[in-house]
Amino acid sequence: MLEEIAFWFFALMIIGSALVVVSSRNMIYSVFALLFTFFGVAGIYVLLYADFLAVTQIMIYIGGILVLLIFGVMLTSKITGVDVKSGQTGKAQMFFAGLISLFIIVLLIYIAVTTKWNTAENPAYEVNSTIEIIGKLLLTNYLLAFESASVLLLVAIIGAALIARRK
Amino acid sequence: MGVGLSNYIVLSAILFGLGIFAIITRKNAILVLMGVELILNSANINFIAFAKFNKLNIDGHIAAIFVIMLAAIEVAVALAIVLNIYQNYKHINVDEIDSLKE
Repeated sequence: MLEEIAFWFFALMIIGSALVVVSSRNMIYSVFALLFTFFGVAGIYVLLYADFLAVTQIMIYIGGILVLLIFGVMLTSKITGVDVKSGQTGKAQMFFAGLISLFIIVLLIYIAVTTKWNTAENPAYEVNSTIEIIGKLLLTNYLLAFESASVLLLVAIIGAALIARRK
Repeated sequence: MGVGLSNYIVLSAILFGLGIFAIITRKNAILVLMGVELILNSANINFIAFAKFNKLNIDGHIAAIFVIMLAAIEVAVALAIVLNIYQNYKHINVDEIDSLKE
């Protein structure tokens, strides 16, 4: 019962904020609605027994990506007395875009609801915390992916610093 | 009624559709990036929902960790490119950035 209330609360928070993100005229409103979307997703992770991932989501998405996006918005909009607005797309394009995304949503929901997923409905056991298992798996089964990820991070840092330098 | 697997998949599908709408409709490059972030979050919700309903198989969590990390990397590099474009064109309207470097 409490789980249902929590799920509907977080789901409405996610969908409401996502609607503000995709349809607001003011870019700053979009960025701050994205913050609430990320919070809602972290709440959904907690409901799904993913405690380490909820904290990781808040730290990396809100603490890193959202701050980067706010910096991007501030650095690339003419703020001198002008509102930070994005351009307007035409009404016909918005209508067709809405139709396409509605079609994608309906198709995905139809596929998901009518497939017999091979699942065990309730977990057979509950762990106290997933972080120990994640740590062990990252260093045994997924070692190659882990090391390649660190190389990729190094390459991305060098690349981003190189691209964004002032000529 | 309970919260079953379909609830999470429907939520993820709606978030995916909204991300697609943001990518198609928005003209500012940073708002397109926000649409991409919405899509990545929806895929993550799917990964972790399937992990929970499969006797808490942690492989889904590890996939989600890698997706979060790649999203962070991609936003950093994409914003570096966007800043460079802004220096050149003085705007970041994706409709009008249509010429390669001379």
